[in-house]
Amino acid sequence: MSLDKGTVRAIAELARIDVPEDELDHLAGELSGILTFVEHLSEVNTDGIAPMNSVADLGLPMRADIVTDGNQAEAVLANAPDAMDGFFTVPKVVE
Amino acid sequence: MTNLTKLTIAGALNGLSKGEFTAEELTEAHIKATEAKRALNAFITETPDMARDQAKESDARRQAGKAGALDGIPLGIKDLFCTKGVLTSAASHILDGFTPQYESTVTANLKAAGAVSLGKLNLDEFAMGSSNLTSYYGGAVNPWTKTSDPSAKLVPGGSSGGSAAAVAARMVMGATGTDTGGSIRQPAAFCGITGIKPTYGRCSRWGVVAFASSLDQPGPMARTVEDCALLLGAMAGHDPKDSTSAPVAVPNFAAALTGDIRGLKVGIPQEYRPDGLNAEVSQAWEQGIQWLKDAGATPVEISLPHTKYALPVYYIVAPAEASSNLARYDGVRFGLRVPGTSLDDMYKKTRAAGFGKEVRRRIMIGTYVLSAGYYDAYYAKAQKVRRLIAEDFTKAFQTVDVILTPTAPSAAFGMTETTDDPVTMWLNDVFTIPTSLAGLPGLSLPVGLNSDGLPLGLQLIGRPFDEETLFKVAGVMETAASFTAVPEGV
Repeated sequence: MSLDKGTVRAIAELARIDVPEDELDHLAGELSGILTFVEHLSEVNTDGIAPMNSVADLGLPMRADIVTDGNQAEAVLANAPDAMDGFFTVPKVVE
Repeated sequence: MTNLTKLTIAGALNGLSKGEFTAEELTEAHIKATEAKRALNAFITETPDMARDQAKESDARRQAGKAGALDGIPLGIKDLFCTKGVLTSAASHILDGFTPQYESTVTANLKAAGAVSLGKLNLDEFAMGSSNLTSYYGGAVNPWTKTSDPSAKLVPGGSSGGSAAAVAARMVMGATGTDTGGSIRQPAAFCGITGIKPTYGRCSRWGVVAFASSLDQPGPMARTVEDCALLLGAMAGHDPKDSTSAPVAVPNFAAALTGDIRGLKVGIPQEYRPDGLNAEVSQAWEQGIQWLKDAGATPVEISLPHTKYALPVYYIVAPAEASSNLARYDGVRFGLRVPGTSLDDMYKKTRAAGFGKEVRRRIMIGTYVLSAGYYDAYYAKAQKVRRLIAEDFTKAFQTVDVILTPTAPSAAFGMTETTDDPVTMWLNDVFTIPTSLAGLPGLSLPVGLNSDGLPLGLQLIGRPFDEETLFKVAGVMETAASFTAVPEGV
């Protein structure tokens, strides 16, 4: 699989990572190399094999639907780069 | 007084209980060692004052007859575990200044057992790497050097490279690591120490910065098998806060070191002997098989036919999970924020500046294999082959009790020898990744030095939740190997 510049630009957009235009070619080469490497899997017959999501055959545990924690606004916001009045802040999103 | 930094954890616990020295003295000796060996760059954050306070409290507990299982033992913590009030960086620029408001379950368990923390240890950024060179804080340095070129700095392996270097250099008596594809075992092998990746679910992942959630597993690194058993006993246990934490009892791991492995069947997988395998690695493996034979075990040739697909599966599954997990670094809730003209612009600038090259590469691969139109061809396919790899092990364990392989395809390499080709770098984990995909426990222990004076490790792989057999067999091999070599200056 060989990725072109446009595809890499689209992946970067999906991943929300700024990639300068002059790095796209190099990155396309690297990512294509990785994809070629993982494509060996296509030679394995996996008909009728269920995907393995987890190694633990446990199933997800259930617990009582009760409040176990809370009232920690200060701790939750303690590491925010720009918290204000008990809220996280972001650049303006509504015009 | 004896040189306190040369003791094992078991030996130090014995000395503390007999009153031969205090936890304060033991901690002070290790703080001095840490200061003397700063050139190894093993620590990202040293916390000597906190350690002194903890040691003082430990001595008081011991006086009162209330000492815990690891009371007074100075440890280092991989900087991937959240530690309340202490910078937790994951060796990434994007977590600048992140000071957790809570403690991970594993480190809380160690604290409850009385352990003293000397600080936070270096690693590959977000645990993505096999050399420690992807750390934003620079690579940790392996205390071992080649006899042919003692001035060349070697990598300690990764991602738990700072942990391995600090244990090998006698800065700490033991350390926590985490292992996603080999991140405890490969650095343990490179630095001549012992480390175990427990069964997936044995140790809680709560409060451990996530890389690939279906693979990540915390585990201990130390200088002896018994010390690893002691550490794991304190770290492990069911935790309702991690839904994948297994509700199973924690056995007395150290009690498994009986020295008796007569009648045990040891699987030797033919697929781990590829053409061109390093001759000295191969010899070490043969030697290991012979030791187990001499102790009354029976080697059995086995086949794990899907082994060669483990690396491609891993490099789909792990980046896919990483791309989801690392979506949380958005410049809003913690760490670095680079201003932008819009919300999206802020995300993109923050993530471009905050993530290093390898992390960006893996997020993008993960994003691609999960994207519409490619999910089935890559991600679902990899999950299916993952099941075949796991089933290979299940079948093998119908006839054998434990599997013996090399840990890594080579000894430690130079910090400047690394390649820009990601795939070549990933081959370091070719022997450890299959175990991770199957969720099985894997232990690496040092068995000797190569002709250039560098340690080589062997890996034991066990059935799920049968770490005891690994410790038992590793104990026998440790006695046979009598690995007493230490790096220069230790």
